[in-house]
Amino acid sequence: MREVRGNRRDLLSISSLEKDEIINLLNSARSFAEVSTRSVKKVPALRGKTIVNLFMEPSTRTRMSFELAAKRLSADVVNFSSSTSSLSKGESLKDTAKTIVAMGVDAVVVRHGSAGAPQMMTAWVDCPVINAGDGMHEHPTQALLDLFTIRELLGRLEGLKVAIVGDIDHSRVARSNIHALRKVGAEVLLVAPQSLIPQDIRRMGVEVTGALDEALGWCDVLYLLRIQLERVNESRFPSLREYTLLYGLTEARWFELDPKPLVMHPGPMNRGVEIDSRVADEVESVITGQVAAGVALRMAVLYDLLGGSRG
Amino acid sequence: MTYWGAAVAEGILIKGGRALAFPGGLTGEVDIMVDDGRIKAVEKGIAAGVATVIDASSCVVAPGLVEMHAHLREPGMEYKEDIASGSRAAARGGYSAVFCMPNTEPTIDNSSVAEYVYDRGVNEGLCMVLPHGAITLGRGGETLAPMGEMAACRAGVMGFSDDGAPVSDSEMMRRAMEYACTIGTLIISHSEEMSLSGGGQMNEGYYSTFLGLRGIPPEAEQIGIYRDICLAEKTGAWLHLAHVSTSGSVELVRGAKRRGVRVTCEVAPHHFSLDDSMLVSYDTNLKMNPPLRSRGDVEALLTGLADGTIDVIATDHAPHASHEKETEFDRAQFGVVGLETCLALVLTKVVDPGVLSLEDAIARLTEAPARIMDMGRWGYGTALTEGDDANLVVFNPEYEWTVDPGEFMSRSRNTPYAGWNVRGKVLHTVFKGRLVVTDGELV
Repeated sequence: MREVRGNRRDLLSISSLEKDEIINLLNSARSFAEVSTRSVKKVPALRGKTIVNLFMEPSTRTRMSFELAAKRLSADVVNFSSSTSSLSKGESLKDTAKTIVAMGVDAVVVRHGSAGAPQMMTAWVDCPVINAGDGMHEHPTQALLDLFTIRELLGRLEGLKVAIVGDIDHSRVARSNIHALRKVGAEVLLVAPQSLIPQDIRRMGVEVTGALDEALGWCDVLYLLRIQLERVNESRFPSLREYTLLYGLTEARWFELDPKPLVMHPGPMNRGVEIDSRVADEVESVITGQVAAGVALRMAVLYDLLGGSRG
Repeated sequence: MTYWGAAVAEGILIKGGRALAFPGGLTGEVDIMVDDGRIKAVEKGIAAGVATVIDASSCVVAPGLVEMHAHLREPGMEYKEDIASGSRAAARGGYSAVFCMPNTEPTIDNSSVAEYVYDRGVNEGLCMVLPHGAITLGRGGETLAPMGEMAACRAGVMGFSDDGAPVSDSEMMRRAMEYACTIGTLIISHSEEMSLSGGGQMNEGYYSTFLGLRGIPPEAEQIGIYRDICLAEKTGAWLHLAHVSTSGSVELVRGAKRRGVRVTCEVAPHHFSLDDSMLVSYDTNLKMNPPLRSRGDVEALLTGLADGTIDVIATDHAPHASHEKETEFDRAQFGVVGLETCLALVLTKVVDPGVLSLEDAIARLTEAPARIMDMGRWGYGTALTEGDDANLVVFNPEYEWTVDPGEFMSRSRNTPYAGWNVRGKVLHTVFKGRLVVTDGELV
C-alpha cells in the first residue's frame, strides 16, 4: 500500500509493497482467521462502510471471497459485474468509475481483464482501489493468501524453495507470487516450456527451467498454475496430453517423491491436466486451505485500508 | 488553385537573427527582407522602411520545417483532427509543409481524395498540406492503388504508403515497388511482421513482462524492414522506412546503405526521447506503434542520427480524442501528437547532449525531407537566397518553456510531454511570405 495519494491508499500490486507491509498483513490475517471459526462470524470493524465489487471479468471465487470478507467485517457490499452492468452497453471504465464514486462508496474492489485498469481507476475515484486481478499483471490478494498459507503450514517463508509450474506468461498469479516470494526471501524457480515464459523474467530475481523433474527434487513448495486449452491454439505447446506428460503432477511423479513438497494451486484445478485427480484428492486440504485463508487475508486488507483511525 | 494570402504589402523585415541555410550553414547576425512572398534580401543592416519588423535577436532563422509523416485525419475522422486544426498545429510548430498519411476515411487512394486534401490545405493557407497516397486500394493489401493518377493530379503525390499497417503480402510489395520505379515515386513502408506483433500493446521485454501487457517484439519490425530492404535491393525501388524504432532496424538500414541500396529512413521524437520503462504508469499517451523501446534502442537511434544512418526526423503526429486514450491500456488507440513539440524535443534531446550540431539537426527537419520529397516542385528551398519563396521559421534555441497540452492548436491532446520543461521555441513562422505565427501564436 505504497500508493499513497493524499490520505488515501490503494492495493494495486505486490511489486509496490514493502516486505514489512506484507508481513503486517499476514499477521493481521491470522487474527481475522479466528473470526471465521466463530459461530457468529462477524465483527463490527467496518460497520457503515460500503464496498463495491466491480468485476469486469468472470470470477466466482475471488468475488465471493471479497464479499464474505467485507460482510464479516460488517461492511455493506454491492456487486457490480460486467454481465449485469452498463459496461456491457459500452459505457467506458471512466464513466463507470465516476458513477460509482457519485454513489458515495468507501472502497472499490476491481477485477478487470485489462492490465493496469485498477491503477487507471485511481485517477477517477477518491476512495481506495483494491486490485482483485488485472489482466496478466497482478493478483495481489491471491499472492498474499498464498504466503499466508505457506507460512501457516511450513512455519516460515524466508529461505523456502518454491517452484511455480505452468503458464507463467499469462499468469497474474505467477507475477504477484514472484514479487511476494522474493520480497520475503524465498527462492523461486519457474518451470515451463520457454514458450510459456515471458521475456526477461529472470530480471525479477527468479531462475527458470524447462525440466519439471529438476524442480521436484528441489522445492519445498510446488505451485501449479491452471493451464488453459486456448494456449494450444496459440502454439504455446502442442496438446494438453503433451503438457501433462512433461509438466503435469502425475501419479508416477507424485508417488516417487520423498519428501513430498507442499502442493498449491490457485484454483480452479484442471484435474487430469496439470494435476492427476488422485494426487489432487491427496493434496486437497492445502488447496481448500488457500481458499479459507483468502477470506481472512482479504479481511486484513479491507481493514487495513478502511478500518481503524483512518476510517 | 494557388495559395491565397498575398504577401503583406509592406513586407516583413526579420532583424538580427542568425540565418541557417542549406547549403551554407549558420551565419552570423543578419537581416532578412521578405516581400511579395519571396526573400528579397539577406544582408546586414537592412533599413526597415515600411516593413513589419520582427526582432530575431538571439534567434535562428531557418527554412520552414518539412513534416514527412503526419496523420491529419481528414476526411473521415475530423473529431480527432482536421486539416484546419492540423495546419494550425503545424504552423505553430514551425512547419511549412506537412505530408499526411492516407489512412483516412475514405482512404487517399485516388486523385479525387488526394486533391480534396490538397485543396483543403490550400484553403487554410497556413502550410502546404501534401498527401501521401495509399499503396493498395483502401489500404487493404489486395489491389494496387492508381499511383500514376495520384502522381499526375494537382496534389502531385510522390510518396506511397499503407502506413498504420504494413503491406503484408510480399508479392504485393514487390509489384508495388516495381510499379513505383516506373512512375518515379517513393514507397514509404510501415514495416511490421503482423503475425509476430499482433495483439501487442508495448515493446516486448522486461517491462511488458512486469506490467502484464502483450509485447511487440523488436523482431516484428526488423523482419519487416529486412524484407523491404531485400525487395528494394531487388527491384531498385526507392524505399523510405517510416518510424524506425529499434537498434536492429538501424543496423539493417546502415548495412543496406553501405551496399548501395536506395533506402532512407526516419525516426520519431518519441522514440529517441522516451523508453519503455516509463510505461509503469500505464499512461496511454505512451502507447504508439511502433512502441517505445528499450534504453539501448534509444541509444542506437541517437547513434543512427549521429552517423547519418537516419536521414529524417518525422513526428508520426497521430491525434486521438480523449475518450480513445482515457481507457484501458489494451483498448486505447496507438499514437501521439507531435507537431507542436518536435523542434523543442530535437533541440533538447539531440542538440543539447551533442548528438548532432544545430545545423545537422535542423537539416533532418528541412533539407533531408525536402530532398527526399523533391520539394523544389513546390517552390520550397532551403538555401535562403534572394528570390526564393519565403518559407521560414524563427526560433529561439535557448528559450525554455513547459509543454501545456491545453495550449495546443491540434484538436487532440494525446501527448506524453505534458509538464516537460524543454528548450527551444518557435516564435515566428513565415509561409509564402506571410507571417502566420508571431510570438509563438497564430496571427
